[in-house]
Amino acid sequence: MRFEERQLPGDGTMGVVFACPQCGGEVAMLTNPMETQVVSSLGVKIGGTTLPDQPMELTRTFVADGRDDAFADAMRPRSVHWSEDATNRLGQVPAFVRGMVKRIYADYAQEHGISEITPAVMNRARSDLGLEGM
Amino acid sequence: MRNFRTYGEVPATPSHPVLAQVGDQRARLGQRLAKIHHIVPVVSGKGGVGKSAVSANLAAALALRGFRVGAVDGDLNGPSLAAMLGVSPEPLQVTDDGVVPAVGAADVRLVATDLLLEAADTPLRWRGPPGDEFLWRGALEAGTLREFLSDVVWGDLDFLVVDLPPGTDRIQRFLEFVPDPAAVLLVTTPSRAAARVVARAEALLSSGTRFGTVMNMAAGSCPHCGGTLPLFDAPADPGRDPHTIDFWGEIPFDHRLAHATDAGRPIVLDPDASRAATALWALTDRVLTECEF
Ligand SMILES: Nc1ncnc2c1ncn2[C@@H]1O[C@H](COP(=O)(O)OP(=O)(O)OP(=O)(O)O)[C@@H](O)[C@H]1O
Ligand SMILES: [Mg+2]
Repeated sequence: MRFEERQLPGDGTMGVVFACPQCGGEVAMLTNPMETQVVSSLGVKIGGTTLPDQPMELTRTFVADGRDDAFADAMRPRSVHWSEDATNRLGQVPAFVRGMVKRIYADYAQEHGISEITPAVMNRARSDLGLEGM
Repeated sequence: MRNFRTYGEVPATPSHPVLAQVGDQRARLGQRLAKIHHIVPVVSGKGGVGKSAVSANLAAALALRGFRVGAVDGDLNGPSLAAMLGVSPEPLQVTDDGVVPAVGAADVRLVATDLLLEAADTPLRWRGPPGDEFLWRGALEAGTLREFLSDVVWGDLDFLVVDLPPGTDRIQRFLEFVPDPAAVLLVTTPSRAAARVVARAEALLSSGTRFGTVMNMAAGSCPHCGGTLPLFDAPADPGRDPHTIDFWGEIPFDHRLAHATDAGRPIVLDPDASRAATALWALTDRVLTECEF
């Protein structure tokens, strides 16, 4: 079976589609919100693209009530440019994880040879990387 | 009967090799710990016996002796090392190499959950679906402890002191990440309850692990009359007397230690040697000897 697609349709449900390489027949696996959480609590990611983990990614993703300025993320000088709309949208991400999310988008753009991050790129990265929760 | 392959036999799908991700976590941990020469967990089966006060003072004393020292507050839900080492929450720098630790008394480097949370009284809570949190909370706590070890820019350290929460299960969990610590400090008090708990913790540590007990809150002296103040009856069951286990030190109950700890200034920094400070220095020297310095 070949991995085809991973989706987070909402409420923590995860759907993963596998296809038979010979006949193209597809099967889908659904995990309930609890199962999805158990898997992600182990710090592993299922499906889509995975980038190398950010420092303390698990902790930063799951800690609730984190202080806005708990982390100061140094940004590597990168060629990637942020459009104004993308910057505004990033501003809506809770400050505790914003720096990490910004690094993830920048890494994603770099990996895909994207020079400007726009809301459309962010949408794609979100579904590719399973960032729906961020 | 159908013939199932094991998980490891199924070719990993390139887009989500789960086992490889777990392997990467281990590798990251191994690389980071390879540069830390001595990891010293401070444990006890029992709460409130002074693990954190001992951790803070041991870390500061080692640093004052000229060693490069880091400290991890492994008590994620009841952190106290940051306050005891006088660290106030400042943004932690994140670089490509990891999170840069905070700096406390005597230049001890530190990570702790209370450095991440909104306020000093914010409890540690996790994002996740409501209900049945018990299923995944332990995994997140273990993952956070792993990241405190693996994702922090510790650099080359001579010592990493790890203050662990009470409970023998926590000792076990820690040993899964660090199977071979340089020395384990088992903190206890001269109470029967503590002695029993120490016996349990001792049973957990494998015969290859170097560990010793520290008798904290031993009889102190009254600040008014100088008379002896035993806080507890000595353990009645000599077979479980922590003195009979490898015994590394005894720290008297000393109100100046409690005061210094609350003030965020480890008492070993104080040149006016109190009895507690003298005892903590002796303990530090014992740890150094055990670690072959
Ligand atoms: N020898 C001592 N003399 C006086 N006070 C002490 C002594 N040792 C510890 N204390 C004080 O006792 C209190 C409990 O100590 P501490 O917080 O270090 O215990 P703990 O084992 O880390 O507790 P917990 O299990 O909650 O993590 C603190 O206020 C500390 O300052
Ligand atoms: Mg403590």
